[in-house]
Amino acid sequence: MEKVLDVKDVYFAYGKKHVLEDVNLAVFRGDFLGIVGPNGSAKTTLIKIILGILKPQKGTVVLLNSPIDRFNQWNKIGYISQRVKDFNIAFPATVEEIVGANLYSQMGFLKFLNKEHKMKIRKALDIVNMPGYQNHLIGNLSGGQQQRVFIARTLVSGPEIIFMDEPLTGVDVQSQEQFYGLMEKINKDLKITLVMVSHDIGVITNKANRVACVGDKKVCVHPSEDFDKEGHIKKIYGKDLSILHHRH
Amino acid sequence: MQRAFLSGIIVAVICPAIGIFLVLRRMSMIGDTLSHVALAGVAGGMLGGIYPVYSALGFSVLSALAIEGLSKEYEQYKELSIAIILSAGIGLATIFISLGNSNSAIFSYLFGSIGLVSSRDIWIIFILGLYILISILFFYRSLFYIAFDEEAARLAGVPVKWINLYFIILVAMTIAISMRIVGVLLVSSLMIVPVATSLQLGRNFKQTFICSILFGILSVLIGLFISFYVDLAPGGTIVISSILILIVVILIKHIKG
Repeated sequence: MEKVLDVKDVYFAYGKKHVLEDVNLAVFRGDFLGIVGPNGSAKTTLIKIILGILKPQKGTVVLLNSPIDRFNQWNKIGYISQRVKDFNIAFPATVEEIVGANLYSQMGFLKFLNKEHKMKIRKALDIVNMPGYQNHLIGNLSGGQQQRVFIARTLVSGPEIIFMDEPLTGVDVQSQEQFYGLMEKINKDLKITLVMVSHDIGVITNKANRVACVGDKKVCVHPSEDFDKEGHIKKIYGKDLSILHHRH
Repeated sequence: MQRAFLSGIIVAVICPAIGIFLVLRRMSMIGDTLSHVALAGVAGGMLGGIYPVYSALGFSVLSALAIEGLSKEYEQYKELSIAIILSAGIGLATIFISLGNSNSAIFSYLFGSIGLVSSRDIWIIFILGLYILISILFFYRSLFYIAFDEEAARLAGVPVKWINLYFIILVAMTIAISMRIVGVLLVSSLMIVPVATSLQLGRNFKQTFICSILFGILSVLIGLFISFYVDLAPGGTIVISSILILIVVILIKHIKG
């Protein structure tokens, strides 16, 4: 299987505080990797190192066969950050303008949206089940719809890998279901590799095919069926807790 | 009068065109800061016998770079770098004004002037104004994306660092060339108020951008007319016109429900 991401022997510290030590992680094409771990376990730090936003003190990151410090295929990478929902909801921009912005590197010299770009935007909105929303102001949409717009923005440039950092924080259960349905479609039908940080161990381990646990400055990767949820939770909270799945 | 109108229209186009990105990035204070530094530049220029628009341009561009530099020192307190440069600008302006004895000339740069716009001013306003406008149109998409989501813009391939630096230099240039008409104390208002009016109406970003410029032009035309016929400083009449337009737009919007 083709490796699309290879993190090798990475060390990272904020000042003198070491948060990641000797981290090794590989992601293969077609994976849906869930990254789990308690708050403050450096999950976001790990994603930021992978994307070159933070530089590790030691170790290497190779993304799509290119070292991250020389990486320039950003059109093949999608990223939905934890702060994506913190945007200014009064920002006077339409769905088309926001989704289209991600075609930046595909636009010509003057960065105009042409017919082909508009077609791509329409297609991306169709995938996230929001056809015909091009001219809606982003601030007038519901939280779940806004999130789908951001997924469309990521999809529009035709990425090979999408990184998501706790995209479901503050999202209601119904929108979460829709979100995972959409992720399955993106992963299985569009064959896009997904890497998603989540604190919801119960759900992510059911959806992802591999799980990376971050904790004690280390990262351990398991196939999701081998992942010991209860054991992991006991390690984090120091006592036995079980995950209950129920529907009303 | 013709000179004032011609340069006024150029200023009316570029101030809101720059201002919209300042407002949406919640950086409105930068306009105020750089205009105070420009005042120090004007006073310094008069003291040293340098054409004040040049010295104001030099001072404000240097302080724009200083804000960028300082913001790296205070990464967690971004607004602190703006406050430091604002203090330095006011401090220097006070010292230079105290040292000089041309208070009436300073007055015309503080509140704007119609009669004192020279052909040299017009040429500088025209050339730099055109340069700023072309730059904004060229970087329109990048500036839009950075204003909406800087992190995503960087990942989409927008050279965020360089564009931020270039943009702040454009802000400094805009202030330096606009102060002759609106005055240093009110130039940031012309960057902000037409944008605020346009935000009331805009149904997309492009429309908001164009409306901001139209409201800017309308404010300057009304303001300059009043200034000319009632003999008031144009800075005040322009800014009050823009505020009145804002009030009218808000009222119409409320009446229409």
